[in-house]
Amino acid sequence: MTQLLLFNVFNGLIVGAFYALMALGLSLILNLSGIINFAHGGFLALGAYLAYTLIPWIGFWGALIVAPLLTAALGLVVERVLIRPLYGGDPLYSLLLTFGLAYIFEDLSRLVWGAQGLPFAVPRWLTTPLSSQFFFLTGYRLFMIAIVAVAVGGLFAILGYTRLGMRIRAGTRDLDTVATLGVNTRLLRSLNFGLGIYIAGLAGVLAAGLLGLSPTIGSSLIMPSFVAIIVGGLGSLLGTLLGGLLIGVASGLTAVFLPAAQEAIIYVMMGLVLLARPRGLLGEEGRLH
Amino acid sequence: MCASFVTRRAVVKGGLAAAAAQFPRPFVVTARAADTVKIGLDNPLTGTYAAPGKNELIGCQLALDEINAKGGVLGRMAELISEDSTSGDAGTAVQKARKLIDGDHVDFLLGNVNSALSLAMAQVSNEKGILHIVPGGHTDAVTGASCHWNVFRVCNMTQMEANAVAASLVKEYGKNFYYITPDYAFGHTLEDGMVRAIKALGGTRVGGDLTPLGSTDFSAVLIKAQAANPDVIVFLTQGEDMINALKQAVQFGLQDRIHLAGAQQELEPLEGLPPEARIGTWVMEWYWNQPGVPHVDAFVDAIKKRTGRVPTARNWFGYVSGWTCALAAAKANSLKAVDMAKALQDFHLPPEIALGPNPAFYRAGQNQLMATLFVGNAQAKGEADDDLFKVTKTVAGADAAGTVEDSGCKMTWPA
Amino acid sequence: MTPAARRIVDLAVWAALATMPFWMAAIGGYTELATRIVVMGLAAMALNFLLGFTGVLSFGHAAYFGLGAYGAAMGIKYLGLGTLPALALSVVVATLAAALIGALIVRRRGVYFAMVTIAFGQVFYFIAFRWNSVTGGDDGLTGWHRLPIDFGRATLDIYGNDRAFYYFALAIFALSVGAMALLLNAPFGRTLLAIRENERRARFLGLPVERHIWLSFVVSCFFVSVAGGLFALLNNFTDPRALRFDLSGNLVIMAVLGGMRAFWGPLIGAAVFVALQDYVSSHTENWMSVIGLVFVLVVRFFPRGVLGALRGGAAA
Repeated sequence: MTQLLLFNVFNGLIVGAFYALMALGLSLILNLSGIINFAHGGFLALGAYLAYTLIPWIGFWGALIVAPLLTAALGLVVERVLIRPLYGGDPLYSLLLTFGLAYIFEDLSRLVWGAQGLPFAVPRWLTTPLSSQFFFLTGYRLFMIAIVAVAVGGLFAILGYTRLGMRIRAGTRDLDTVATLGVNTRLLRSLNFGLGIYIAGLAGVLAAGLLGLSPTIGSSLIMPSFVAIIVGGLGSLLGTLLGGLLIGVASGLTAVFLPAAQEAIIYVMMGLVLLARPRGLLGEEGRLH
Repeated sequence: MCASFVTRRAVVKGGLAAAAAQFPRPFVVTARAADTVKIGLDNPLTGTYAAPGKNELIGCQLALDEINAKGGVLGRMAELISEDSTSGDAGTAVQKARKLIDGDHVDFLLGNVNSALSLAMAQVSNEKGILHIVPGGHTDAVTGASCHWNVFRVCNMTQMEANAVAASLVKEYGKNFYYITPDYAFGHTLEDGMVRAIKALGGTRVGGDLTPLGSTDFSAVLIKAQAANPDVIVFLTQGEDMINALKQAVQFGLQDRIHLAGAQQELEPLEGLPPEARIGTWVMEWYWNQPGVPHVDAFVDAIKKRTGRVPTARNWFGYVSGWTCALAAAKANSLKAVDMAKALQDFHLPPEIALGPNPAFYRAGQNQLMATLFVGNAQAKGEADDDLFKVTKTVAGADAAGTVEDSGCKMTWPA
Repeated sequence: MTPAARRIVDLAVWAALATMPFWMAAIGGYTELATRIVVMGLAAMALNFLLGFTGVLSFGHAAYFGLGAYGAAMGIKYLGLGTLPALALSVVVATLAAALIGALIVRRRGVYFAMVTIAFGQVFYFIAFRWNSVTGGDDGLTGWHRLPIDFGRATLDIYGNDRAFYYFALAIFALSVGAMALLLNAPFGRTLLAIRENERRARFLGLPVERHIWLSFVVSCFFVSVAGGLFALLNNFTDPRALRFDLSGNLVIMAVLGGMRAFWGPLIGAAVFVALQDYVSSHTENWMSVIGLVFVLVVRFFPRGVLGALRGGAAA
């Protein structure tokens, strides 16, 4: 039993890391621009589909690099045309607009690539388990952890050590002052959005190796991302990371005792956090009040 | 400011008007050919079940083209009216069913892939007295506890599928079984059916887990399954859940120690799996590669022309459903639902529609099609790129089914 | 809008509603579509009580809609209730839940409030899904249907006669809408508007803000559950999808599309949305793109909705 529990905790951390990756992109956009991007799952799906299309040409590793970039480029276009006018407004409108975008993305994926699930091929050496004892530590899951670690590390490095990152962090606290200081906040928000979407595209490529690739892949992953952000705390990227890991582990542990509830448990957690400590575990008071 | 404001509004209004003009105006719709026999298909074309739903539609369209080429239904041309029921919104499915019946005045109602929507639509069709064929909605209740005189079903009941595959599993792989079951009515009844069938052959259920529909991560459940040390892990999940579960199981290397199997399997998920994950013992409700069975090649070619791929069981379900309408009308020589329903009791499909080694007929008193079940193993690639399943044996539906009493169907006919 | 103009709009709306089954067929519709518009219109207007008139965004109203639907369905299936008692039961169950949950969440605002409403909605969805011995689980609750109403001397056959059911639904709609209008015109309603406009100032004026928001939430859920009960009766069926957040999202878009600040706005929004979805999905598989486009266009160009635009000024 203890072994089962331990296995599930480890596995939950792995799954949670993936949720955290998705949620980080969402959180990045939310913190700086106040936009709730319901279409995040759609961008994820797009990243996955683009990778699938590119693999025959540039291989898996090429697709891993290029697909998220393409997705981010599309994200920049969407931001410029559709999202920019919504800044400073009621969050209701960004919710509704991105809700509609999610519909469009799902439909377009079905139109272009078909409703049929597509076989996404991951390099063979990645899909074998490393040991028969710890069989759930497959090459692919470890690869995923590695990519998440690199991405998260890279993100925090950008935020901590580059000028862009510094401006994003400052803007998250007080965008008006940052603007007064002469920073081009429009460009800042665009780049920030692009960065968030890049992460979504990356998560998409990773997801396609783990799950079936179909037009609905995005909508099944969007809700855990929201929950991760709420649990971890709005305004804190570290909180989002923690939130993702927590819900991964919670889900894994629930699977041991009550598998039918492994999805519902994350909503119960979300509800509890919102009632007891609404700003989340590491969040700041007053965010998006 | 003002000028740009007006221009933008004008542009948007103009754009909307142009878009609206693309759609034919409503009153044109009612000017449909009044002389055709209308068949209404209320099936998912969006959402999780879009792929099987679309395949059923294509099969049905082929059927109608063939029917019309042969002179139509009772001398009139047949027309297919297709509506998107969505993959889960019962309100929409019911609304579309009513639209087809009350608005378009269809003579037949077809649908749904989603079990719950089939039941909801069956209530409507029964209320309005319309002949209703369910191509691929699997919940047992449709021809079981909730059966109606006007509702017929093409795809199999869960006990039939379980009985067909159980013998192979126990004989070849062992006695200890672990179940991964999707948590909804179809999953529960399929598991019950499997447990019963396997118990009768001396096997035991060493454990099992229910997974939420639409689960993306099966790792926790797979870890538990492995810990229980069974001979076989039975995957009862369907569609995308099947893809996720198998993909992850193979990544864990479970197939090296434990045999993977299940009951119902379809070509759609197999096509969505990477080649190394196309493994396991399953039962399919229809398969395209049937050497020596007449007429199958013609059907395969006809579907290939339309989709570019070999037909799946869903294509066949739609095909049979479409043809059943025409054949029922022909036999009853009437479009009255009661007459046609009576004509379909123990009705045998002609071989070019049954497309299988055994006769296919609608069992009287239950309206359930008894055809052939195909037991076999998934494979990465067979003789052709599309040959993803190696059939090891076929079972006649009639042999695999329980009695009408077992199903719980008590059919009452209108006076 | 002058009171006279308002009267005219009210009369026009009622005239259109009273005759809808008749002109509906002429433009390619059918009676059930009209009934569905009335039911969703009621749900959207109920949501707007909270959203447009109190300024609080709930993205989880589907939970109470669904509770109303299940309440009515289970009342008829398991308790053998007649139509009106079943509706009453559905409303009682959902409103109790709303009162309890509302008390828990009333301190939160903005996105938090919206998110926690989603969370509770999903929990109810899960319960409806899992408790399949009672709720039918994913298969939904079938095997029952609405019964004709016996008024003693005459029977209203709302089961066999679609038009009769339409007028029954319309009657319930009229009562509900009338009640909401009364509340909005009363001092209670004025307070809600004050809270919407400037919550801090309302608080400084000594108004018990939390209590009013809670009351508004409960009233809103009360009427949404009436709509839910009617929805179950319309379909003779209910299933867990009636509780999911997609439905909540659709209700919000209906309110915004029609105009959140106008009383009849959500009804117009519901009419456009339901009719559009029905019509478009009959003609193309890609109706989701069209609906998504509607969301995008409304937010970008008509954030005040149809009625808001008609009043002059489409910009937010």
